[in-house]
Formats: sequence, structure tokens, C-alpha cells
Amino acid sequence: MELAEQIKQDIETAPIILYMKGTKAMPMCGFSNAVVQVLNQYGVEYRDVDVLADPEIRVRLSEFSNWPTIPQLFVNGELIGGADIVVELHEKEELLPILEKAVVSTA
Amino acid sequence: MTEQDIKGLIESKLQGARVFVTDLQGTGDHFEAVVIAPQFKGKSRLNQHRLVYDACGDHLTKEIHALKLQTHSPDEWKKDPKNNARLA
Repeated sequence: MELAEQIKQDIETAPIILYMKGTKAMPMCGFSNAVVQVLNQYGVEYRDVDVLADPEIRVRLSEFSNWPTIPQLFVNGELIGGADIVVELHEKEELLPILEKAVVSTA
Repeated sequence: MTEQDIKGLIESKLQGARVFVTDLQGTGDHFEAVVIAPQFKGKSRLNQHRLVYDACGDHLTKEIHALKLQTHSPDEWKKDPKNNARLA
């Protein structure tokens, strides 16, 4: 499968997927780490994709999402945002309802 | 890049915006920007950020390695009293 097609399929099928630098076990960038720390607080299952594994991932991902920076968090196929937005949603207590939708839709 | 460069890029695309840029590490590649722009009115936070990213163009991801971003429409900004103190 072409990489662009793979990315599209991953985003559309994973309830929660985080494109990041490094892995959730070992984030390689402060912004990616910020999102991992937030998600960890909710204890939700999510898939992580390390964009450092292949520079092409980042190029194709940004073409697909129309979002230039990493990390990028998707829930139910929809881009929620990068680190600033995810942290803001978390602080305003608006993130949990978004994450719950993903959990419910796969239950 | 300098704080002024980035402020200039954003202001030239978003007419009438108030833009505050900080070079976070003094290295000219990690910045924080607070942008209050009339163009943000009625847009989601996601699309507000997209407008700023578009203004930065290819500089973002090349010379600019990180851009921590806070965006507000003028109304959103005014609603939070602590912001007025910040601008005073």
C-alpha cells in the first residue's frame, strides 16, 4: 500500500491515533511529550506513530491533514490539533468528551 | 529568524492583528506567538492556528523548528480579564 493511503487508512480506522516524534514510551520532543502526558492522564488506549521513523510520513501526513507541525492527534478520523490545542482542551476540560466519543464508538 | 520577522509574517497576512512573539531559547528557531486577529472570529481553534501557520509559510518547519501558539478572536480575548491586564 502507498504510504499516503496507509496514513489515510490508519487515521480513519484507529479511534485515537497520535502522530508524534518518538513513541509514547519515549517521546523525542517536548510538544509530543505534552500530548502523551495529557492522554496518559485519561488512561485511554491510543495508537502512536513515530514520524521520525521515516521522513516521508511527515510529508504525506501534512498533505492529508493540512497541518504542518508534529504532533497531530486524531480522534475518530478527525484532526483535534497539535500540542497547544490538546493542552488547551485538556485545561478547559473539553478533551474528555472528545476522547469518550472514540471509546464509545468502538465499544 | 527574529521575533520581528515572525511578527511581520503574521501581520502581513492577518491585517489588524495584534501579535506578540517570544524567542523561547534565544536561538532564533523556537518561538511562542500570541495572536489576536479579527480574522479568527467564528473560526475553530484549529482553523485559527491554520491561518497563522499559513502566514508563516515554508519558514515553519524550515527555519522555525517550533512555534507554540495561542490564538484568540478580539472578542474571545476581551472576555478573559487577565488579558487586558497583560496588554495594559
